[in-house]
Amino acid sequence: MNAILNWFSQIFSITLFSVRSLPQRMGSSATAVLGIAGVVAVLVGVLSIAQGIVKTMESSASPDNVVILRSGASSEMMSILVGDDAKFIAEGPGLVRNEYGALSSPELFVVINLPMRSTGADANVPLRGVSPVAPELRSGFNIVEGRMFESGLNEVIVGVGARMEIVGLEVGNTLTVAQEEWPIVGIFEANGGLAESEIWVDAAVLQPAYRRGNSYQVVYAKLESPDDFQAYKDALTSDPRLNVKPVLEADYYSDQSTSLNNTITGLGTLIAVIMGFGAIFGALNTMYTAVSSRSREIATLRALGFQSGPVVISVLIESLLLAMAGGVFGALAAWLVFDGYRASTLNFSSFSQIAFAFDVTSTLLILGIVFAMVIGLIGGLFPAIRAARLPVATALREQ
Amino acid sequence: MKYLYLVWSNLKRKKIRTILTLLSIMVAFMLFAYLGAIKQAFSQGVDVAGLDRLIVRHKISIIQMLPQSYESRIEQIEGIESAVHQTWFGGIYQKPSNFFAQMPVDPQEYLDMYPEILLSAEEREAWLATRSGAIAGRGIADRFGWKTGDRIPINATVWTRKGGERTWEFDLVGIYDGATDGTDTTQFLFRYDFFDESRQYGQGQVGWYTVRVSDPERAAEAAALIDAEFANSPAETKAEAEGAFLQGFADQIGNIAFIMTSIIAAVFFTMLLVAGNTMAYAVRERTNELAVLKAIGFTDRSVLGLVLGESLVITGIGGGLGLALGWLMVSAGDPTNGQLPIFFLPLGHLLTGVVLIGLMALIAGILPALQAQRLRIADALRR
Repeated sequence: MNAILNWFSQIFSITLFSVRSLPQRMGSSATAVLGIAGVVAVLVGVLSIAQGIVKTMESSASPDNVVILRSGASSEMMSILVGDDAKFIAEGPGLVRNEYGALSSPELFVVINLPMRSTGADANVPLRGVSPVAPELRSGFNIVEGRMFESGLNEVIVGVGARMEIVGLEVGNTLTVAQEEWPIVGIFEANGGLAESEIWVDAAVLQPAYRRGNSYQVVYAKLESPDDFQAYKDALTSDPRLNVKPVLEADYYSDQSTSLNNTITGLGTLIAVIMGFGAIFGALNTMYTAVSSRSREIATLRALGFQSGPVVISVLIESLLLAMAGGVFGALAAWLVFDGYRASTLNFSSFSQIAFAFDVTSTLLILGIVFAMVIGLIGGLFPAIRAARLPVATALREQ
Repeated sequence: MKYLYLVWSNLKRKKIRTILTLLSIMVAFMLFAYLGAIKQAFSQGVDVAGLDRLIVRHKISIIQMLPQSYESRIEQIEGIESAVHQTWFGGIYQKPSNFFAQMPVDPQEYLDMYPEILLSAEEREAWLATRSGAIAGRGIADRFGWKTGDRIPINATVWTRKGGERTWEFDLVGIYDGATDGTDTTQFLFRYDFFDESRQYGQGQVGWYTVRVSDPERAAEAAALIDAEFANSPAETKAEAEGAFLQGFADQIGNIAFIMTSIIAAVFFTMLLVAGNTMAYAVRERTNELAVLKAIGFTDRSVLGLVLGESLVITGIGGGLGLALGWLMVSAGDPTNGQLPIFFLPLGHLLTGVVLIGLMALIAGILPALQAQRLRIADALRR
């Protein structure tokens, strides 16, 4: 018992000793902290891009919404629903119904080229033809400026994300599409979801403008409960009049973002790993320097009867403290700089722009700090072992 | 020679520190090499675009189709040599994440338009002779282990066959290579005549045109003529230089690419700073040794050279190794499983890397070297 207590008190006193002497080694310690902070900031920053895209996709989806595409189509862009498909889809079991019928919105999805604010170059902006119930199928839909378009009129409303990224999408302006003038009458938000990147118009107006007859591309519908999905899906897929594929909205959106997400996460992780090695070398260098500049002290302690275990642990603790400082500093910097940063990019799955905000989550912050600690652990371990193995007599004699 | 020996002995005496510093620099330059490939990938191959080529798409958006009859009309416009059409097929091979471009084209015209697509004469003949024939780029063929003679099934997402059948089968008759690193070798090309006759709907509709102009200097003029030809028709066009078209895509990927490359660049410089600081520190430690050297007759200039030489050896070896390793890693392929079809390290970027190595050696070495040069022997020895 006494031996253990003694061991801990040894660790405590050596660590205290080395922490107190840290200011003397300010230069090299600050270097290691800076290196680690940089790595953590990049890791957290890049992953927050992927996280932001995922969040946009997730906040677009309601658990009880279902998306119906033609079977074989992997996105709205590629899908087509002809004739009475939309009517049969609305007749499926388990949908929420009100006095106007089922909550089911047949929609058209096209892209138009409009110049971006950032570079002035053309962007693929999604233009969606919607039915009157569409707002009820997007959580948090809310007109923030102007008004909703009127059915049957050439009027459009614009999502807040699209307004931010694209030139001239303000209430009162006019959009020229397919040789027609479409006034912008309102701006809407939708809980930070994908719809905010879009421009909406009455589907009945978009159909003739794009010579789509009475065809649609996708139907969004609301189920009474997510549990009804299987029954609804079975009913539609076994209906001989239909050739469609119903999917839960959440699954649909996560599919849409998979490749973009993988690209960013893949690149980000790889870069972070390479940089992690760099930071480990930096930390090793710092700790070796720390150990060698204090070899006389350490040898003195050993000569006084301190065991090698506490010496090893005290070096490790110092390295971990430095790493933690770097990790916290880096994570905090990433959070301050990147969290909430608005950006947009081209999602190849839907071939259109999505606007989103970088999202530095608490998980990412923790991940960053853990990554820093791993760097600190590896960076401290070898120098610690060296400190423990220092031959006391030689080290004492060193200048 | 004796200087080299001195430099070498100095590096050897704190082996661990020398090695770690060298490795840090190596990692920094590996990152730098990767940065080059990523920038290149996000730029969508703008710098390899043909100067004499225009892209003509539907004015509203490239997803709107154009009539195939436009081809002959475009070719009659003054200053236009030839036009070929392409269409986005957007099918799925095995699973949706196996993303790559598939396009029906006219084989003869397409290969003439894109001389950077290298196909042997026999493969070319085979493609012209096989209606269901297709060619694939080396990159995509390697990725899926395809060989000439394979039958490749692709599931249509848009273009179902007559009768509603979704699966299209193509006979792989050739594998093409790219003439330059920047050529996209992840494309799968098949015959438009076969496609047009088998598709369920949309006969005579194509995606976009690539047009060769006879005088690149007057490309903008030719583009304006094309747009004027189809103005006020149901399918108006937008013609622009191939480079501008690709730049448009790069711009759409937008600030994400910019943010990623700039944070990597920031870290690269941080790492250089850190390593440089360590190197400078290593020299400052030895101030009185340098004084001894001067006392026994080394000139100011040779002490300066000695210190700079040391810095040059570490950065040169570390940076060189880093660039080489980075190049190897980039050659091993893109880390995102086919999302970035153009992924290679441009030579220009490598050269920039070499220049940076030299600069870093100079900057990390110059301050301590100047100090060493100005060192007053008596003061330094007394320390």
